[in-house]
Amino acid sequence: MGSTITEKILAAHAGVDSVSPGEIIMCKVDLAMANDVTAPPAADAFARMEVGRVWDAAKIALVASHFAPAKDIASAGLLSRMRQFAQQHGIEHYFEAGRGGIEHILLPEEALVIPGDVVIGADSHSCTYGALGCFSTGVGSTDLAAVWATGEIWLRVPESMRIEYTGRPGPWVVGKDLILTVIAEIGDDGARYMAMEHTGEAIGHLSMDSRLTLTNMAIEAGAKSGIIPADETTIGYVSGRQQEMGRQRDMQVFASDETAAYARELTIDVDAIEPMVARPSLPSLSVPVTEVSGTRVDQVFIGSCTNARIEDLRIAAHVLGDHQIAKHVRVMVIPATQRVWQQANAEGLLDRFAAAGCAVSTPTCGACLGAHMGVLGPGEVCVSTSNRNYVGRMGDPTADVYLANPAVAMATAVAGEIAHPAEVQPVAPAERGVLVGG
Amino acid sequence: MGKAWRYGDNVDTDVIIPARYLTTTDPGDLASHALEDLDPSFAAQVKPGDVVVAGDNFGCGSSREHAAICLKAAGVSAVVAGSFARIFFRNAINTGLPILECPEAVRDISNGDEVEVDLEHGVVVNVTRGQEYQAEPLPEFVMDIVRAGGLVGWVKQRVAAS
Repeated sequence: MGSTITEKILAAHAGVDSVSPGEIIMCKVDLAMANDVTAPPAADAFARMEVGRVWDAAKIALVASHFAPAKDIASAGLLSRMRQFAQQHGIEHYFEAGRGGIEHILLPEEALVIPGDVVIGADSHSCTYGALGCFSTGVGSTDLAAVWATGEIWLRVPESMRIEYTGRPGPWVVGKDLILTVIAEIGDDGARYMAMEHTGEAIGHLSMDSRLTLTNMAIEAGAKSGIIPADETTIGYVSGRQQEMGRQRDMQVFASDETAAYARELTIDVDAIEPMVARPSLPSLSVPVTEVSGTRVDQVFIGSCTNARIEDLRIAAHVLGDHQIAKHVRVMVIPATQRVWQQANAEGLLDRFAAAGCAVSTPTCGACLGAHMGVLGPGEVCVSTSNRNYVGRMGDPTADVYLANPAVAMATAVAGEIAHPAEVQPVAPAERGVLVGG
Repeated sequence: MGKAWRYGDNVDTDVIIPARYLTTTDPGDLASHALEDLDPSFAAQVKPGDVVVAGDNFGCGSSREHAAICLKAAGVSAVVAGSFARIFFRNAINTGLPILECPEAVRDISNGDEVEVDLEHGVVVNVTRGQEYQAEPLPEFVMDIVRAGGLVGWVKQRVAAS
């Protein structure tokens, strides 16, 4: 019997020929990431481990993202604890506000994650990096501290779920709609403990940005990881990032054997997918946008590790066109990283958002987790391009959050109620070349 | 032994400890807001030894270890669920919060029942109803972490041995 791509990557990092689902292995780690919420408790746990130095200061990334720029004195204290740890241990990849952004968009940009890697992040959306053909998963702070101490992590080899996407995405359909469709079908724990392997001809039509959205929400189906085998798009993207950043490491391109075993196989007909909206308060409550059209909203949030890349902002600006934001709606646009912010600025997108009445912010996770820059009040309704619509996620527990792609979000901002993007912008983005590159 | 606090499926870490309280890492402060957005009475009324009993996918969502820490600091002696989200599972083991998967026990336990949990043997007893359940035992590798008092102790043992 053959192996899956996930099994091959894990075996290579465990120093064995092959591994099987259910087996517990000790696995070498290529990059260990933490942010301002998870790094301080990790630093405390690391001190209690009494090992002194971190295993490899060059393989650790620390990113000020969640409460950054500091939202209050207490969060400034957390950011300061992370900065002190970085200084004390000589952590090279430390990203301060103004020089970083949201980790899951930042690390691929920085060429710190490449195909074949094992990446462990103290943040649940660390599954995002799998879009680059690597194994990556989220853990808590003590697990991460153990990686800092030893360079290894214990892992139970996951069963794999193979999802084949057939056809081609329609003009308003992006990675977000594919993953919401999958979660609606399998449920919020439908891939619990598993590796979600995304394959099929439709993947070839997705940009790198869209693929990163697809793997980002593996955790919302309970998965340990999401992975897309590296192809020409991946290799082109990673080579470009390595060249720009001056970071050269050899990519290890793995692929599943035809005889590999899967715990579950699923086929998704992408031709039939419409833009999707997840109703409150679970991602699995996703329906085509037309089923919730007309729902009045108070806020629209375009941001987060799920949908705040340059492609997302181009799509949002395209939908916006020359419209103004509806009078009763507050719109937060938060580019994911400093680099995305600068690119969007250079393309005139930020000006267009601001002129239409959007609040445009420096990068932060802020609004997605109800921390700052867009916290919801009692009874407010929000359409968000983020990943979780749980009770209280974005603020008051009586607020309602609907999840959607950036086109639906901006159409909603213009209409003042949930709307299909074609209602405010008759020209689809693919026809205008908005999706080029990536 | 303690009283059962019975909840449903998909209890996520945002309702176990909302992000607005993550500016502290003090276990006692976190405990005073445990489960606040799901059950506002919990933090004030939970007694040492009480057991949280919930459905499937307990602890889904954010990786915040604060979720396991706040329940332990609130006095929760164990969480018994139909199933656990994997990051919460690891966090609980790593920080010394006893957890067991036992769908049969979850099905039969009502809010307020007296419940006893034996982690070493994987046994859940519903004292109120006089019923005993055998949970899925934790893998031996994971029990080693439990016996070391959590992952910090386990890493110290490994480093000392190497």
